[in-house]
Amino acid sequence: MLRFIIRRVLQIIPTIMVVALLIFVIFSVVPGTFASSLFSDGKTAADPELVARITEQFGLDKPVHVRFVSYVTDLARLDLGTSFRTRRPVLELINERMWTSLRLATAAMIFAIVIAVPLGFLAALRPGSILDTVTMVGAVSGLSLPQFWLGLLLMYLFALKLNLLPSFGYGDGSFKHLILPAVTLGVTPLALLARTTRAGVLDVLNADFVRTAHSKGLSETQVVRWHVARNALVLIITTIALLLGSLIGQAVVIEKLFAWPGIGSLLVDSVSMRDIPVVQGTILVIVMWFLVINTVVDVIYALIDPRIKQV
Amino acid sequence: MKFGFNFILGATLTTLVILGGLLAPWLANFDPVFDADLMNAELPPDWTFWFGTDAQGRDVYSRILYGAQISLTVGIVSQVINTFIGVALGMSAAYWGGWWDDLVNGLTNVMLAIPSLIFALAVMAVLGPGLASLLIALGLTNWSWTCRIARSSTLSLKTLGYVQAAQTLGYGDVRIMFTQILPNIMGPVLVMATLGMGSAVLSEAALSFLGLGIQPPFPSWGSMLTDARQLIQLAPWTAIFPGLAIFLAVLGFNLLGDGLRDILDPHMRTRLS
Repeated sequence: MLRFIIRRVLQIIPTIMVVALLIFVIFSVVPGTFASSLFSDGKTAADPELVARITEQFGLDKPVHVRFVSYVTDLARLDLGTSFRTRRPVLELINERMWTSLRLATAAMIFAIVIAVPLGFLAALRPGSILDTVTMVGAVSGLSLPQFWLGLLLMYLFALKLNLLPSFGYGDGSFKHLILPAVTLGVTPLALLARTTRAGVLDVLNADFVRTAHSKGLSETQVVRWHVARNALVLIITTIALLLGSLIGQAVVIEKLFAWPGIGSLLVDSVSMRDIPVVQGTILVIVMWFLVINTVVDVIYALIDPRIKQV
Repeated sequence: MKFGFNFILGATLTTLVILGGLLAPWLANFDPVFDADLMNAELPPDWTFWFGTDAQGRDVYSRILYGAQISLTVGIVSQVINTFIGVALGMSAAYWGGWWDDLVNGLTNVMLAIPSLIFALAVMAVLGPGLASLLIALGLTNWSWTCRIARSSTLSLKTLGYVQAAQTLGYGDVRIMFTQILPNIMGPVLVMATLGMGSAVLSEAALSFLGLGIQPPFPSWGSMLTDARQLIQLAPWTAIFPGLAIFLAVLGFNLLGDGLRDILDPHMRTRLS
């Protein structure tokens, strides 16, 4: 078991390295230097002296391979570089924003779980029923909704018309500010989770051991509780974890819409200001987050189901 | 062959979007860009402006029709690129195996680890906003699932008798892949491409909404929503209709993809994931 865990954790490292290389390559082919793009607002010409000074200060005049080596050695020391704009360490900027993002993602996930799991479960137990149809139609609609549009409409209804909730911002960090962004972000995972739960429960219901449980005279409730629910939970928990892994990435648009000070809005702002070290750093952190969650899922999976580690 | 409800509704919605885009010059009542008149700004829907007007007095209905052209272009072109990359890599990896398979597998895992919207955002940051960069960004970042499916389908096909018969007849590798394997993996690949069009339309809207996609004054559904964000209190129709267009188009592609899957692979029917 321990060997499996160690192997799985070690597998992250090459992936991270390739991602880091990929990000570096993408941002190295930018035409022009970062320094000149800092001033390219299209209105004022960049002062050549200033450009030269900044180019030198950030080491942008060095050849690509030299920059790559220093990028990698810095990464190895967990140094993500310094922001072009704010002159602050990227890691510090990310650290400030990461927790609000995690808070948003967790809230969205809780919202999704509380609704999707019972709904998917009930739908699977009564296939073809009205509840099942409504759940499935709702799920495919939820997957087709542009989330930021839903966010706009919710903002219009609950903040501007009914005046019940703040329309955007983090405020004092109160729960009220969290509701609209979390619900908006939670809709897609809700739809996916309801579908997966239903499919998973349906699969288990068709398994031989469920028929056996029925034929040995257990009541419907007992069969569902002890045999169906337990087996379906493995798939549901995996899906939840994987969704949580991808949620930070999806949150980018929602954070921007609601002016939520998370890592997603940091990324978007840095992209539009061409603050490349911050863009590189945030993407790397989002990918890390995804990979770490994936690994945790694999390990949990192996703990629950001993057959996995042989694969 | 029985067409399910999903397929029919999906095909209908998709056809409507395609017709709307193709016939935009005839169906639109106004020019989407140049018929701006501040005297008509922010008018609610009426008999002249069916979906109301925006802040510049442009007709929202006409802009949505032209916006369909952009969404469809993005959806189709990006999926053609994705499918080409995914099938080429997945099929050859499974067929040749060895180090090439390991390399493709590794690359696919890396691509799966980067959320596609984030990756597209990074590419857009480098290429700058606009339609061409949008097509490249969405075309290069979403092929990993197609690749996986092409690979696993090819793996199970290459041991079959008719493929081995073709090898015995002395067909070249590339010829076998194109004439013997490709036609038989097209089903699942087509399903992925159709579902991918839906997500490409969503990504285009999201990137344009963030100001990185289609630039004003051109009417993309996403950039229309960006403008609507400022106007929502005064002119909610500027937000409602473009969003509804995105929703219906994506719903169409998703239902069509699900419907195709039901037709092509009846085993998948209960195993929706």
